[in-house]
Amino acid sequence: MGLGAYIAVSAALFALGIVAILVRRNVLYVLMGIEMILNAANINFVAFNRFNHAEGSQSNLDGRMFAIFVIILAAAEAAVALAIVLNVFHLFNSVKPAEADLLRE
Amino acid sequence: MTAESHFLAFDPAQDFKLLFLALALPLVGYVIQLSAGKRLPRQGDWLLTGGLFATASITVLMFAKSLWAAYHGLEFRHHSGDEAGLWFHWFYSSDELANGVANVSAAIFYDPLGAAMLMVVGVVSFCVHLFSIGYMHGTPRYHIFFANISLFTFAMLGLVLSDNLLFLFIFWELMGLMSYLLIGHFSHDPSSGYFHKWATKACKKAFLTTRVGDTCLLVGMVIFFWKFETFRFTELWRLSIEEIARHQSLHPGEYPLWMTVGGLFIFGGTIGKSAQFPLHIWLPDAMAGPTPVSAMIHAATMVAAGVFLLGRCYPMFTPDVLDVIAAVGTITAIFAATIGTTAYDLKAVLAWSTISQLGFMVAAIGLGGVVAGLFHMVTHAFFKACLFLSAGSVIHGCHHEQDMRNMGGVRKHMPITFACMLASTIAIAGIPFFSGFYSKDMIILRAWENILGGKFTGASFFAAVGLPLAAACTAFYMFRMIFMTFSDSYRPGTVESPFAHHGGGHDDHGHDAHGHDAHGREEQGHADHGHADHGHADHGHAAPAHAHAATAHGHDAHGHDAHGHDSHAGHATPHESPLPILVALCILAFLGVFGGHFWLADPLHALKFWEHAHTWFETSVSFQSLYGAQIGDRLAAAVAVDEHAAHQAHTVALCVSLAVASLGILVAWLIYGRGWERSQRIAGRITHAIHAIYEVVKGKYFVDEALGTAIVVDMKRKDEPRYEPDASVIGASVQLANFLGWIDRNVVDATVNLVGRIGMSFGTGSATFDRVVIDGAVNGVGLFTQTFGSLVRLFQSGRVQQYATFAVFGGLALAVWLILL
Repeated sequence: MGLGAYIAVSAALFALGIVAILVRRNVLYVLMGIEMILNAANINFVAFNRFNHAEGSQSNLDGRMFAIFVIILAAAEAAVALAIVLNVFHLFNSVKPAEADLLRE
Repeated sequence: MTAESHFLAFDPAQDFKLLFLALALPLVGYVIQLSAGKRLPRQGDWLLTGGLFATASITVLMFAKSLWAAYHGLEFRHHSGDEAGLWFHWFYSSDELANGVANVSAAIFYDPLGAAMLMVVGVVSFCVHLFSIGYMHGTPRYHIFFANISLFTFAMLGLVLSDNLLFLFIFWELMGLMSYLLIGHFSHDPSSGYFHKWATKACKKAFLTTRVGDTCLLVGMVIFFWKFETFRFTELWRLSIEEIARHQSLHPGEYPLWMTVGGLFIFGGTIGKSAQFPLHIWLPDAMAGPTPVSAMIHAATMVAAGVFLLGRCYPMFTPDVLDVIAAVGTITAIFAATIGTTAYDLKAVLAWSTISQLGFMVAAIGLGGVVAGLFHMVTHAFFKACLFLSAGSVIHGCHHEQDMRNMGGVRKHMPITFACMLASTIAIAGIPFFSGFYSKDMIILRAWENILGGKFTGASFFAAVGLPLAAACTAFYMFRMIFMTFSDSYRPGTVESPFAHHGGGHDDHGHDAHGHDAHGREEQGHADHGHADHGHADHGHAAPAHAHAATAHGHDAHGHDAHGHDSHAGHATPHESPLPILVALCILAFLGVFGGHFWLADPLHALKFWEHAHTWFETSVSFQSLYGAQIGDRLAAAVAVDEHAAHQAHTVALCVSLAVASLGILVAWLIYGRGWERSQRIAGRITHAIHAIYEVVKGKYFVDEALGTAIVVDMKRKDEPRYEPDASVIGASVQLANFLGWIDRNVVDATVNLVGRIGMSFGTGSATFDRVVIDGAVNGVGLFTQTFGSLVRLFQSGRVQQYATFAVFGGLALAVWLILL
């Protein structure tokens, strides 16, 4: 299997993530969409690391290391986001982003 | 003793203040009298008379200084601004324009003429004040009367002392106002009956008639100011002489036309004020005022102002103007003298004689005899004041009768009054040794000098013949007056007369008080009360009812209660007047006799009267002393004649003036001096023979009728008849005024309104522009912002997912744009 298949999976995952962010009414799905986008990025990192270095040269771990960073970042992001969601729920008694429209003010 | 230290030398540091004091005293007196006069003891008459005494004393002292200077050959021309720094700055723009356009400053100008005139005004006014204490005693508005004559005096003093034409004009106008108030003095006093109605109209007539002249004077002043940009007399004289010289260097023998026009306008002021033909009409009616007022107007103030003005403006007159002046003066002199021969009212005779004598003065100035004319003004002031006050005394003594036919024989009852009046009459008739002779002789001399000296003009020929004729008439009617009033025996009630009712209220005499004049056309009121068919003896007052008012000074006290009206039922004999009146008369009679030439100082020389008597006035006032050496020499040269002609003229003038005076007196004696009945017979025959002429003269040549200004006093009508403006000059004036009023309303006002309306439409347009465009722009910016804001607001939903949508599609669009382009 070539690089294109990986990128196709990654692109699909990214598109699903975007759609989830834009159309889901529950904030938890939005968070999931964000995770999907991050993971789409991870797939790209790993795939390009695997296929995209010069023939015969020493393989490096840059892409894989980035993927691990992103996972860590995603964990941190999830922690912060869930805290925000909790506060939003306290404030609006709802986890629907459509109802939390204080930014309008 | 040097000239500077002599006590009669003029001291600028002190004497201007004294002059100012003399000027201010009557004004201060006026203010006090007006505010507190009624509460003062004797209603303040002592206060004003005392003030006037101080003024008169100062003026006499100052006059003595001018004479002293003249007899020592010193120049006597003083100006308080130049010499003592005493200026009155009325308004001025800056000091650089010391005599500039927007700079009017006044100061006291004191020269020999001013000194003489000021003395005349001071002394005569003092005498009139003194006289009024006796004459006006117990009449209503007594304090107001004193206040007014005092301010009248102030105006004349100010006029004499002004150094410029503008202030002269201001005082001139003030005098016009005061004459109005004083002639109309009885118009506030319904109890004065006939005089109440007459005075109401006479004061208006005097005011309006003189206003015509005043307007002319104003125009003349403006013409001269326009060219010379100054009002100061000294400047005007200098500039006039220079202007004439400049003009003659371009056009030999010609004079600037504008100066002729301006001079004629200035003379117009004199025509009005000095009662010259044809504006003399106000003066006979001015008799409606109290007699002291007549004395003031006829002698010291008012009419003298016009002649004084001519004296002050003489260098500004071109020969053409002088010819007109001489002609008008001569016409007036003859015209008024002839009317004087027909008048029956004692005061009317004197009024016409004043007009006639003013004609002499004006004619003299027109003939180049400024000194003669002004001299006659001075001597005339003395004897005419004396005549009027004597007449007042007679009227007072005869219970306010003024018609000479109802007098007669007064000499026996009023000897002092008679003596004073006779002395003044001789003076005015022109008998040697009496003041009037010297001045009148000088005037006739001037006319003959012009003819014999080859300075022949039509006007001087006219004057040389006309003035002696007028002088003959003067002598005639003055002695006619003396004979009718004082000789024979007292004959009250001979003819119907409205005057004796004065002060008695209306009811006593009821309906018959108006006289019919001789031509029976309409009721004529004053002076001519034709028939005597109304019973007259019962007009006396219910005396006991009035007796209690004899000591009252209130408004309801009647005119002559104070001198015992109780005996007036029937006709009491005349009685001599009280002391203040007699003192005033004697002072003036003395001046009337000696005012021309004090010959007592050298009687032997005076007896040689065929030699030219050198009077004080000629010593003091000359062309040089009037207008300064330079201008004076030039003016004197213009009228000078050679010695031979002067000598001839002197002989002719002397013979002529003696002849006409004696002739006039002789005729008067032949007709009126030999008994009343005989005089009536002779006079009747003469008037019958020249019936048509007599009626015209007696009707005062119908000038009043032609001008539509005849005053008709109709005692039957309660309301005052108005002037009826039909086919007369006054009527034309009213029509003209109406027309001008129409123009004012329809043209001037319309223009003003149009301008206003244009301004308003412009304003409205401007407001609309402001509202629509300016406000619109401001509001438009706001509205745009608001609209744009609310549009943009739609994007600001606050929904995170929507923002994310925008971001995604924005990013996509960006990506597409980057990739594809």
